Amino acid sequence: MTAIEQPQVAGEQLPAAAARPRVNRRIGARFLLGLALPIALALGWEIAVRTGFAEGRLMPPPSRIFNTLYELAITGELFRHIFATTWRVFVGFALGVIGGTLVGALAGASRLSKDLLDPTLQGLRSVPSIAWVPLFILWLGIFEQSKLALIAAGCFFPVYLGVLGAILSVDRKVVEVGRIFRLSDIALVRRILLPAILPAYVVSLRSGLGLGWMFVVAAEFMGASEGLGYLLIDGQQLGKPAQILAAIFTFAVLGKITDGLLAAAATPLLTWQDAFAPKR
Amino acid sequence: MLTVESIDKTYPNGVHALDRFSLDIAQGEIVAIVGGSGCGKSTLLRLAAGLDQPSHGRIRIDGVTITSPRPEVGLIFQEPRLLPWLTVAENVCFGLFDRPRAERLKLCAEVLQRVGLSDYASSWPRELSGGQAQRVAIGRALAPRPKVLLLDEPFSALDAFTRASLHEHLLDLWSALRLTLVLVTHDVEEAAFLADRVIVMKPRPGRVAAEFEISNTRPRDRYGEKVEADKRRILSALGRSFRTRAAGEELAPAAAI
Repeated sequence: MTAIEQPQVAGEQLPAAAARPRVNRRIGARFLLGLALPIALALGWEIAVRTGFAEGRLMPPPSRIFNTLYELAITGELFRHIFATTWRVFVGFALGVIGGTLVGALAGASRLSKDLLDPTLQGLRSVPSIAWVPLFILWLGIFEQSKLALIAAGCFFPVYLGVLGAILSVDRKVVEVGRIFRLSDIALVRRILLPAILPAYVVSLRSGLGLGWMFVVAAEFMGASEGLGYLLIDGQQLGKPAQILAAIFTFAVLGKITDGLLAAAATPLLTWQDAFAPKR
Repeated sequence: MLTVESIDKTYPNGVHALDRFSLDIAQGEIVAIVGGSGCGKSTLLRLAAGLDQPSHGRIRIDGVTITSPRPEVGLIFQEPRLLPWLTVAENVCFGLFDRPRAERLKLCAEVLQRVGLSDYASSWPRELSGGQAQRVAIGRALAPRPKVLLLDEPFSALDAFTRASLHEHLLDLWSALRLTLVLVTHDVEEAAFLADRVIVMKPRPGRVAAEFEISNTRPRDRYGEKVEADKRRILSALGRSFRTRAAGEELAPAAAI
């Protein structure tokens, strides 16, 4: 995209600057509103267990869950598991995104490659990814490679579909503008197609990442000595529901944080969007 | 300078859009092409812009046959078609990618000034009104300094006041930049107010139904006698072009009013 320096117009800048603190306050209020439901549920359960309304043996109250988390944290256990799981998600997601983007772009670029590739990929997509587990273990062994392959396969499809769908829905009218100004094929991709597919691409990355977190658990169920999935299995086998819930809680926090980071990284690129904004 | 030599256009789906259509446009002339929907007006502009190829015949600019989009020919679409991810200034200099940066910025600032949008240089397209957006589109087409500007019903989606002010604006640009304008429209008043020459087309297949010079001197009074008289001439020619249609099709040129 062409960068241009243009004189800033004083009259335009003033209202934006004045509105900034109000926007910050609104974001703060929205953040608190988002926390209200989980905190209320947690408090309710804590009170129910403390006052004896509920037993809390199989569904431990938040205090016991956080206590377990704390104990795992001070021994350094927790971070070892978090690191193992996050690393697997990161590598598997990266592989899946690279593959999904390249194949999606290829299928979107030519009719022939789409007709060739898409039916097969759609068929494979409808295979539940867990079904690959035995095969991946046979092929790649029980250690990291098979886990990464499963996560990558999970991330591949939403990204592939997102890229292909976005390319196919680029407005012909906008592409014509590029033709009128005699853009080369490469310039057309860089200046029209890429920015046009970016919003849909970000959405597909986010759903790919969500699936990555889903598949890492499946991957860690198939035999792991560390990772949050291992904590889950370990908690089940040793009858420690608080440990299971602690791992689940950690998944929720990690998933939310990584998704938020991805969304935040994309926001500056998408400020131009004229999107539907729901009423407050 | 722009010569259309007996062009024929049949689309792959069998629609015969243009039938041996010829037209000679002089440097600095404003030609309005008027006709109901489906008479091949837009097809003609797309061919002249180099977006499509004629089935037969050719279109030449200064003797060179047009086979693909050319820098001397600018096209303005019915919709602004701004790129939503570029600011107003970036949209205006979209076609200047092959110029050095300094020249690009200079041309861009000049064009923004000319279309009266210097204050909106850093705005996003979504923040503009319909008239402003179409002015950006005009600016974008003018930035590479074309000799001919093709306009495909550029003001049809705007309200009457915005349209009138853009008419004045277009005439200013035309006289300042010595442009040649080819304006496709279904607005008879627009044709009578702006054009030196009006071509009335009839549909299926598209060909010339009538052609006349507008002798009215500029500046013209939009509500004056002369523009009214020219409007009536164009309207009656349009009416005749519609009456030659097959029975069962509408007789009143509703789209032309």
